[in-house]
Amino acid sequence: MPTTFRIKRFNPESESPQPYFQEYELETEQSDTVLDALIKIRESVDESLALRCSCRGAICGSCGMRINGHATLACKTKVVSLESPDGTVQVEPMNNMPVIKDLVTDMGGFWDKIRQVQPWLQPAGPKPDAEYIASPESMKHLTGVMGCIMCGACVSDCAALEVDHQFIGPAALAKAYRFVADPRDGASDSRLLALNTPGGMWDCTRCMECIEVCPKEVGAMDRIMDLRAKGIDHGIPSTCGSRHAEVFADLIEHKGRLDEPLLAMRTFGLKNIGQMLSFLPMTLRALVRGKLPRSGPLHRAIPGIDRIRRLFRHTRNLP
Amino acid sequence: MTTAYTFDILVLGAGLAGMRAALAAHEGGAKVAILTKVHPVRSHSNAAQGGINAALTDRGDTWEDHAFDTVKGSDFLGDQDAIEILAEEAGQDILALEHMGVIFNRNDEGRLGTRRFGGQKRARTFFVSDFTGQAILHVLYEQILKANLPVFEEWFATSVVRDDDGRCAGVVAFEIRSGQFAFVKAKVVIIAAGGLGRVFEPSTNAMICTGDGMAIAYRAGTPLMDMEMVQYHPTTLKGKGLLITEAARGEGAYLINKDGERFMEQYAPNMMELASRDVISRAEQIEINEGRGINGCVLLDCRHLGKRLIQERLGQIFEEAKTFANIDLTEEPIPIRPGMHYSMGGIKTDVDGRCWDPQGGWKGVPGLFAAGETACLSLHGGNRLGANSLLDTVVFGRRTGSCAAAYAQSVEEPRVNNSVSDKDHNMVQEFLKRKAHTDTVAAIRLDLGVTMNKHLGVFRDEEGMEEVQGLLPVFRDRWNRVAIQDKGRVFNTSLVQALELGMMLDCAQTIVRGAMIRTESRGAHFRTDCIQRDDENWLKHILMYHNPEGSPRVDYLPVRITQWKPQVRVY
Repeated sequence: MPTTFRIKRFNPESESPQPYFQEYELETEQSDTVLDALIKIRESVDESLALRCSCRGAICGSCGMRINGHATLACKTKVVSLESPDGTVQVEPMNNMPVIKDLVTDMGGFWDKIRQVQPWLQPAGPKPDAEYIASPESMKHLTGVMGCIMCGACVSDCAALEVDHQFIGPAALAKAYRFVADPRDGASDSRLLALNTPGGMWDCTRCMECIEVCPKEVGAMDRIMDLRAKGIDHGIPSTCGSRHAEVFADLIEHKGRLDEPLLAMRTFGLKNIGQMLSFLPMTLRALVRGKLPRSGPLHRAIPGIDRIRRLFRHTRNLP
Repeated sequence: MTTAYTFDILVLGAGLAGMRAALAAHEGGAKVAILTKVHPVRSHSNAAQGGINAALTDRGDTWEDHAFDTVKGSDFLGDQDAIEILAEEAGQDILALEHMGVIFNRNDEGRLGTRRFGGQKRARTFFVSDFTGQAILHVLYEQILKANLPVFEEWFATSVVRDDDGRCAGVVAFEIRSGQFAFVKAKVVIIAAGGLGRVFEPSTNAMICTGDGMAIAYRAGTPLMDMEMVQYHPTTLKGKGLLITEAARGEGAYLINKDGERFMEQYAPNMMELASRDVISRAEQIEINEGRGINGCVLLDCRHLGKRLIQERLGQIFEEAKTFANIDLTEEPIPIRPGMHYSMGGIKTDVDGRCWDPQGGWKGVPGLFAAGETACLSLHGGNRLGANSLLDTVVFGRRTGSCAAAYAQSVEEPRVNNSVSDKDHNMVQEFLKRKAHTDTVAAIRLDLGVTMNKHLGVFRDEEGMEEVQGLLPVFRDRWNRVAIQDKGRVFNTSLVQALELGMMLDCAQTIVRGAMIRTESRGAHFRTDCIQRDDENWLKHILMYHNPEGSPRVDYLPVRITQWKPQVRVY
């Protein structure tokens, strides 16, 4: 049965360069990946279809693109595995980066952000005569992040990046974690400090898209959470981001549920009058619609709070 | 309109050899740039799975043992002076990689751990799970970022330029994104552009492995050597030919035929599944040809290794088997067959990467250097050992970069006019202007690949090779007339593929010619019409010089033997 491929095209050299969708019908085999299909289209129907591809085996990271709305590697996605209501397969270039032509995006910005984390080992002392001694577990742990092939899928589908362009993004943060977690690296403090700034590790909104779409199971968001925890452990100066995490935990420990107004006030600090005033219109609108969350003494601890506090004590005593 | 750039050294290609050479040249004080047709981390070094060899004396190993295994693996065609350097300097380069940040697997003492690999008596293969190439490639790229070296990303080199004295003067290339041509002037060009796998179909090689580096060096007048030596890897998947790492057998996997027999007992009773690659590929092909295979394959059985080992040390192929063959390695054996994998031949260089002989023993292009799979020292002779290719790239990448930096300091700027790029620019314009045609680049490439695989694979004979020799001019003729549909300048991938096909045709010609000349069987070159190794006549390398008018001009160099006399090769 033929499959319809609905491909987003863009030719910057056309008279009025605008993206548009073009449909191709193609017979595919059971074993065909979306990349096989795209290559068949390019070789037998339309040579002008531009895409990057090389290894065909999910290791070079060239063929990152969005398939049925989610970023992935075309070479790793079997056509038969795709389900869509009308039976078509929609292929688009990655998001959160400019398109050069058809499915080819400009990854310059992606690499600029990787560069920002100073992605090279910075050992503390002089090199040893032989290898650095490191536990097998520590190196095995790093194979998870070193498995990243820089395909850009996580950055493409990052919800925070869509609205927060200065956010350094999941790929660069996972790369930063690779060094912070490396026992041979001596620059953890300065790395964490550099990420403790606007656009850094606190800008992730934990939507989990990066974990969903990663073709190599790098788990970028989990690594971002690890970075935050390490940051607090290393005593980085408090910022809105770290205070938000701490106040959040503190409120839960004391009330068993969130007190949103208090969370905002304590996160930004009462002295931060400007920030507080900027919340005023929203607060008033919420009040008018009866949606202002309760706060302070009106917002009592939930029944059974003792058990939650016990959990907190328990986790604190963990090694 | 042409832009021009000037550097001391331009490195073509950004895989392991290219980046290692660039770093060494930079440390040597040269002004270095890299030009590559893909982003550095997309390079094919990524695909190396199993590991990198080194005999470390503090593990009770000796470099002489490693060197001998390599000499024997090469079927005595490898040059022993080069192999000695490879084995002796391996340790320092592994440590350098470790110090740069490669996360090599550790043993319980926290020191570097090893696994076994084919054709070697000891476990001396250092590794990162089963994605060693990727792990090293990304770390070398980190070092390039640290050194802040300029990289021309997604630029396609069309030719090597020589000045009036015949010295290398730089490279003509165009930026794929804009179609803009440039002349990159350099006293030294280091070619590290990888192999030619796509000349064969199927192949384990990525789609970018089209022999560009070999072809442009060859056209510039430097010889290619031992091009007939093409390695077929014993474990590749049916269909696209994706690689299943030798590390699977290194960790203990079996090869079985349709009757469940470990057939290597018949062919290599001592080393079994860890005999050298040429020996195993031939054994598999015999099993398949004699009806003991299953649908053109034999089976690789990993089941007894256990789930934990497979997932920890062979995680990538576990995923690969699941995705591309729909097989759970922990539960079923996987069908595999020999597939084109590596070119032992390449641009003739000396042990410092020079593509010319300062002593005048052979002619090449002064100022041109090469390293990695593109080059042929020859380290691998008739058959490369697994995990020696990564080692080759870092040892000889480093040596080449250092030597090139010293050479660049000793010579004047080349004197050439910037209009040198006009010729290539016009050639591309001519290509774009051709009128629509029923033939396509893809069709020619497929015909070439299938033909090469049929007649220059595991077994070869005169008749088959003559057929290919007859077909090559036909393919060339089709290439001379084929048109491409896309007439744009921006990211015209069909144009790139058309140019790549031209490179592949040049490489194919040298492979077939070499294979026809070498009337013996040695290493990966096995002729059913002359099955014996013939040391009396063929303990020598075949050099081929480009001849625009027709068949390549052939020359020979003796194999350099230091301490190991050729002997019968049994595993």
